[in-house]
Amino acid sequence: MSVHRSTLLGLGLAALLMGSTAASAKTLVYCSEGSPENFTPALNTTGTSFDAARPVYNQLVEFERGSTKVVPGLAESWAMSDDGLTITFKLRKGVKWHSIGAFKPTRDFNADDVLFSFNRQWKPDHPFHKVSGGKYDYFADMDMPKLLKSLEKKDDLTVVMTLNEPNAPIMANLAMDFASIHSAEYAETLQKAGRLEQFDQVPVGTGPFSFVAYQKDAVIRFKTNKDYFGEKVLIDDLVYAITPDPTARYSKLKAGECSFVPFPRPADLAEMQKDPTLQVISQSGLNIAYWAFNVQKKPFDDKRVRQAFNMAIDKATIIRDVYLRAGQTAKNLIPPTLWSYNDAVKDYAYEPEKAKALLKEAGVATPMEIDLWYMPVQRPYNPNAKRIAEMMQADLAKVGVTAKLVTFEWGEYRKRAQQGEHTTAQLGWTGDNGDPDNFFFLRGCSGARAGGQNITKWCNKEFDDRLKKAVTLGDPAARTKLYEEMQVIMKEEAPDLTIAHSVVYEVMRKGVTGYKQSPFGAHKFVGVDIN
Amino acid sequence: MVMFFLKRAALTVPTFFALMFLTFVAIRLVPGDPVEVRTGERGISAERLAQFRAEYGLDQPVWKQFADYVWQLLHGDFGTSIVTNERVLTEFFQLFPATIELSFFAMVFAIGIGIPAGVVAALKRGSLFDQTLMGLSLTGFSMPIFWWGLLLIMLVSERLGWTPVSGRIDLIKYYFEPVTGFMLIDALLSGQPGAFRSALHHLVLPGIVLGTVPLATLARMTRSSMLEVLSEDYVRTARAKGLSPFRVVGLHALRNALIPVVTIIGLQVGSLMAGAVLTETIFSWPGVGKWLIESIGRRDYPALQGGILLISAVVILVNLTVDMLYGSIDPRIRHGR
Repeated sequence: MSVHRSTLLGLGLAALLMGSTAASAKTLVYCSEGSPENFTPALNTTGTSFDAARPVYNQLVEFERGSTKVVPGLAESWAMSDDGLTITFKLRKGVKWHSIGAFKPTRDFNADDVLFSFNRQWKPDHPFHKVSGGKYDYFADMDMPKLLKSLEKKDDLTVVMTLNEPNAPIMANLAMDFASIHSAEYAETLQKAGRLEQFDQVPVGTGPFSFVAYQKDAVIRFKTNKDYFGEKVLIDDLVYAITPDPTARYSKLKAGECSFVPFPRPADLAEMQKDPTLQVISQSGLNIAYWAFNVQKKPFDDKRVRQAFNMAIDKATIIRDVYLRAGQTAKNLIPPTLWSYNDAVKDYAYEPEKAKALLKEAGVATPMEIDLWYMPVQRPYNPNAKRIAEMMQADLAKVGVTAKLVTFEWGEYRKRAQQGEHTTAQLGWTGDNGDPDNFFFLRGCSGARAGGQNITKWCNKEFDDRLKKAVTLGDPAARTKLYEEMQVIMKEEAPDLTIAHSVVYEVMRKGVTGYKQSPFGAHKFVGVDIN
Repeated sequence: MVMFFLKRAALTVPTFFALMFLTFVAIRLVPGDPVEVRTGERGISAERLAQFRAEYGLDQPVWKQFADYVWQLLHGDFGTSIVTNERVLTEFFQLFPATIELSFFAMVFAIGIGIPAGVVAALKRGSLFDQTLMGLSLTGFSMPIFWWGLLLIMLVSERLGWTPVSGRIDLIKYYFEPVTGFMLIDALLSGQPGAFRSALHHLVLPGIVLGTVPLATLARMTRSSMLEVLSEDYVRTARAKGLSPFRVVGLHALRNALIPVVTIIGLQVGSLMAGAVLTETIFSWPGVGKWLIESIGRRDYPALQGGILLISAVVILVNLTVDMLYGSIDPRIRHGR
């Protein structure tokens, strides 16, 4: 990390002073799983890097702690025009920037900072666009360049965003980490000093904690931002002790060297739950593992065959044996933590005999041979696609179907599946922004073309009309109704078999209070206390 | 002596070049490239993929990439990490002190116990001590580091609470900016009472884990080398002259027995580096081993190539030094006899 010498010296002195009060300070040690790539979320794609920047930054709008609901952040309010094309943000007044080392902010947060943060990612001629590699994957993936028409400062505390087309999920996009707001003044200071790269290495934000120091692969230190505008920060220091091995994390937790650990090994959970000094919390992850049937290939063009395949697989056993305790059966494409989840949908039961009969009714002669593709890699929603494929293979044999297991290198796998080369293929999805559209687009007609994200290649007008309509509506209740109907259509049409949502566990010492688990798997320590 | 040195040094050049080539090719044989690995289920559009590949030079034929890499290296440029955008050399030297500190401690542990144990076993050949030591060293030699490390953490840190589980220092009590990168030295320089003790405390367990295999090897080597020397005529003569057993063993036998042991110590540096990769992962030790493991997962070609090359350079240099040392201990070597 190329931190300027004077900054280091300043940080060192600050730390020495801090050290003297350490005994009375409340320090929360979060044993994180890895090192961040840098501290600018817009440049990153991993949860590890986002977590490292989360204490420091805010976004215009944010996800309410522990939910997918979008609430005010640095914008205290916003108004959308009737045509859904213009969003006017009223910014919060008097928000202080962190003061770090040599950088002493001379002004509060204002519209210039918002423009700086978006324009850096959006405009290739922006002075910071190319800094630190300049790859803004999420900005591109969330279609921001296509959606944004203009972003203007009306006055110091008003920003107007104009869109090319109405898009309800954009508010959820703006709550994502890539939309974190950076200090334009800090950028300017570094630009003058010719130290542009430092911008992404020594972060300056408005968040609940300010950055103190980072030692690669060892530790990240933060201290409480006394001027924080949001929820009260109850601890004094936040330390990320980087501990990649889950067994070591567990040992450190037991020894009291960590207050909180993410990603425990499923095999350790039973013991953790019995330990009176620990508390284990869990909720379903914002993801889905599914088995897609290519409806453009025979016999999967017949709905009855797809339904029969849904009945032929013993999902409960897969969840028990492959996911151990870290998974729950999925009946819908979206997880139960996401708004608009339709709990009334009834999943297909495991009924091999009925499946056989349905196949016969559809005129499928058994024994029949199919391809069953499985991912060569572990994914957050699928710990072992090969093992699942083998279990499916065994189940299918019972209904007279011989499944040939196929896989490719990960990039190749994805590409070929998107081209529709498979008959059936496992895949999945991790939600980005907590908006149902971010899941349902996976079954939309526009993704069903060759190379599209919809690897079932299923294009259903009833479903697609609702999908398109829902993104244009500002009213969440109206959107919910459409999404609920879409879930019913999907279950009936069965373009896929929804396998599981992972269950995310987090473990902390007994004295840690006030922590709320995020559906996004984000780790945030504002509002958390240690007794 | 100078010619011997030059010959030895010249021999390292092809070794280094072969290593460079092997690393370069091996990484590219692993499926998935740095750009693909960044993308999840969404994938990446063909245009963006092409743009990034061009930026990293991955669109060039492999021979051209290799030629560019060699050219870069000849100019002392190890490249820039694709993931962190830091210079590979900067990252390496930020992390290397932690690895040196750990390896040094492991080696001190291995030499400090291995050589005396080997000597005693040789002197008491066939005794219970000898048999126990040989049994233990065989176990130590064949011990999987990962398993051994976790076992010791569970027993010594969790059950007995004697040592911390992992890390380099108590993060809650002590905080100072690194000056040298060596935690023991930095802790002393910080002037914070108890910091040095905490750093040393954190070093014990990973040091023992990493030092176990070299310890077993050294004990066995010292024993067999010592046995060979003890049966030499000059040792018998020394004894016959009535020299004290201490002088016979310490002055005449051990000095000669240590010659092959020195070579083994040099060779152990290579296995220490390999062991460090695992030990650092288990103990969350922020050294180059852990960094390389992460770079593999992220297909960070420049970091991996540079890192492996730099570690290899260190191993080659240490072995070269040992060769020199060997030459000066045993004149027959440098005269080519």
